[in-house]
Amino acid sequence: MNLTLYIWRQKNARDKGRMEKYEATDISEHMSFLEMLDVVNEKLESGGKEPIAFDHDCREGICGTCSLTVNGVPHGPDKGTTVCQLHMRRFKDGDSIYIEPWRAKAFPVVKDLIVDRSALDRIIQAGGFVSINTGGAPDANAMPIEKDIAETAFDAAACIGCGACVAACKNASAMLFVAAKVSHLALLPQGQVERERRVVNMIEQMDKEGFGNCTNQYECEAACPKEISVKFIAKMNREYFKALKKK
Amino acid sequence: MELNAKIPSGPLAEKWDKHKFDNKLVNPANKRKFSVIMVGTGLAGGSAAASLAELGYNVKCFCYQDTPRRAHSIAAQGGINASKNYQNDGDSVYRLFYDTIKGGDFRSREANVYRLAQVSENIIDQCVAQGVPFAREYGGHLDNRSFGGAQVSRTFYARGQTGQQLLLGCYQALERQIAAGKVKMFPRTEMLDLVIMDGHAKGIVVRDMVTGKISSHVADAVVLATGGYGNVFYLSTNAKGCNVTAAYRAYKRGAVFANPCYTQIHPTCIPVTGDYQSKLTLMSESLRNDGRIWVPKKKGDKRAADEIPEAERDYYLERKYPSYGNLAPRDISSRSAKEACDEGRGIGESGYGVYLDFADAIKRLGENVIRERYGNLFQMYEKITAENPYKGPMRIYPASHYTMGGLWVDYNLESTIPGLFVIGEANFSDHGANRLGASALMQGLADGYFILPYTIADYFVRTGAGKFKEDHPECQKVIDEVTAKTNKLLSIKGKKTVDTFHRELGKLMWDKCGMARSETGLKEALEMIPAIREEFWQNVIIPGSGEELNQTLERAGRVADFLEFGELMCYDALDRDESCGAHFRIEHQTDEGEALRNDDKYAYVAAWEYKGAGQKPELHKEELKFEFVKLAQRSYK
Repeated sequence: MNLTLYIWRQKNARDKGRMEKYEATDISEHMSFLEMLDVVNEKLESGGKEPIAFDHDCREGICGTCSLTVNGVPHGPDKGTTVCQLHMRRFKDGDSIYIEPWRAKAFPVVKDLIVDRSALDRIIQAGGFVSINTGGAPDANAMPIEKDIAETAFDAAACIGCGACVAACKNASAMLFVAAKVSHLALLPQGQVERERRVVNMIEQMDKEGFGNCTNQYECEAACPKEISVKFIAKMNREYFKALKKK
Repeated sequence: MELNAKIPSGPLAEKWDKHKFDNKLVNPANKRKFSVIMVGTGLAGGSAAASLAELGYNVKCFCYQDTPRRAHSIAAQGGINASKNYQNDGDSVYRLFYDTIKGGDFRSREANVYRLAQVSENIIDQCVAQGVPFAREYGGHLDNRSFGGAQVSRTFYARGQTGQQLLLGCYQALERQIAAGKVKMFPRTEMLDLVIMDGHAKGIVVRDMVTGKISSHVADAVVLATGGYGNVFYLSTNAKGCNVTAAYRAYKRGAVFANPCYTQIHPTCIPVTGDYQSKLTLMSESLRNDGRIWVPKKKGDKRAADEIPEAERDYYLERKYPSYGNLAPRDISSRSAKEACDEGRGIGESGYGVYLDFADAIKRLGENVIRERYGNLFQMYEKITAENPYKGPMRIYPASHYTMGGLWVDYNLESTIPGLFVIGEANFSDHGANRLGASALMQGLADGYFILPYTIADYFVRTGAGKFKEDHPECQKVIDEVTAKTNKLLSIKGKKTVDTFHRELGKLMWDKCGMARSETGLKEALEMIPAIREEFWQNVIIPGSGEELNQTLERAGRVADFLEFGELMCYDALDRDESCGAHFRIEHQTDEGEALRNDDKYAYVAAWEYKGAGQKPELHKEELKFEFVKLAQRSYK
């Protein structure tokens, strides 16, 4: 199939940036979306032109590196799918596709479709861990954990840190990302000791990074490639109030 | 060069304890005087960086990704082994040790593997304490499953995302140390060379991948945790960014490279569909617990799977290896798939594929149980192929997945360059000629959490802190060399893209140095690789400049190294005139087509020393002494 692409090009963080038009020809429906971009890029390179920079690595939907907004939707039209797992069979011959980076104040563009998501790391630094040094752990089976609780904790822990939730939100809020880590650790017995401090510090850091607030639109859940539920945001809010009350 | 593995004397079970006691310690108050450079933030690098920082050392940590949480350890699906014997099925440290030695076809060091089995138990404890959500039984205790090459259930897992959850555990430990100021993190920074001062590895030269700035960093020791070189085949299950550059440039500076020809081809990946394909996707080996592998009995049978009656199917692993069946080790399973396809019995459009069928398991256990066990894998399969594996069998084929070879290290995980330590997949130490499933995560974390933090202290005590700074003339010299190489790449302005060269090399390596190797094929490859390399340096095209984010330039540097490294692999495969584990020389097989070892001549680690551009590297041999295990022909029948 043949497609018309409109792609965000921006030389560096200081450049203003603009959409540019490209033709993608002879695209197979079996290609992944990124393989389609590879084909376009290889053609640009052959002509001595600078290829379109985009972030990607594992290409199997788990590392969280890829970060494209396709036709206005982070990671594109498929539910529960990173853009590296989106396949061209989802499109048809003659389609126009608009490709942009994540858009959020806290995610400045580095180049073309690449953004800086280090704000998410700093939120984890604020408390997204259990403070256990290597070597001091008791036997793994010494602490039984109810299967349902472990499973729910896992549902939250499945976050790949891609930032699609932020890109999807009209407020560029990182609530789903933060809630996923807060809930993962608050549900498990290992996370109890630092439970209150963690939620307060992570939320403080989230605000400091310039992310917006949640106004219950649930766009984050819809865009999340791991389909993390907004119920964790409710849990985080409750954790937060409880922690503040205790303070 | 004398290769001294520094294996402690004494009974196998006491070596590590004795060695830990014999190692010198750094006083708690003095630890802050020492600094370490850590390159790579996967399970090995991330866990080591966090653990060293917790001890009080200062760590400078580097990764090419935008954050340490993305290293390719994250993609490991199936699980992590540990000899906990929670299932009461006869597991023990000794059994995990023995299974690993045997699975590696008796080409690894007894002492290293035994230590790995010993610390495996601590790893599970550590990860659970961090909050890693391993699968649990209804009673609240940890669940296990079985994996290839073992007859006990010792694999701990977190759905099909074990690597992700383990990596996030050590990423969080690392972020905690970054917040504490003990680790300084340099993301989007690629190591391009090693700096040696007074014969010791004391620094690295890196390129800032956003600004293009090339600079040096100096510390009291350098640790490489830079993963494997599976992308030498172009198509592999590795992440696109995985590369051999850091390890290879250390090799060029004098670290010897061990067993480069030991590359694991994973039996269960989604088959190739077209020339544009950028990577291959693994389907976890755990699927072989419930999936049955088969091909049609008849050659060229192009009927759809459901039209082929039971009697006309060949469940070849169950037929050839009745006691292990579909859980035969990876090398054996991969080769059997290749054989079936070479006989013309492969399935799918290309004929390079076999079925992995869940129909019986779904009938026996119900679709829900299968969904609970493998839901995310089935979903991933459907996304990629647009076929529903609950309704019909998966199509799979082997693909390059893991590399057992790596920089040579002694028992302390120190390379032949003093002060250069190598951990995780980047070293060669524990898996011999074939790695068992769920053992990569174990080794990465063993090295990082529980081995390196002990052994590096002894080096620090012997050599002292803070002897060198970035103003050392050697730093500038290496910066100049790296800059010259980068400029040279940019100045070629030829006609062929970087990926064209990479695909060409990859296909050659897959054909000549992949699942089956022969003297003739390897000799052909050794003639062809230099020609590709020469053309690369004349005709590659890299748009853009070096002073900005330039992904083509990044790839070009890595491919340039693969173009030299491929040759090293072929030299090694040619020298090893036997078959063992994943290294299959067609000249050496049993009547039944199994790998035929030659222990009299080849029970050694092949360690190669760089001898200059275009020169044949020099082979050094570390004889493998088996004091505790009796060498035997592997049998999984």
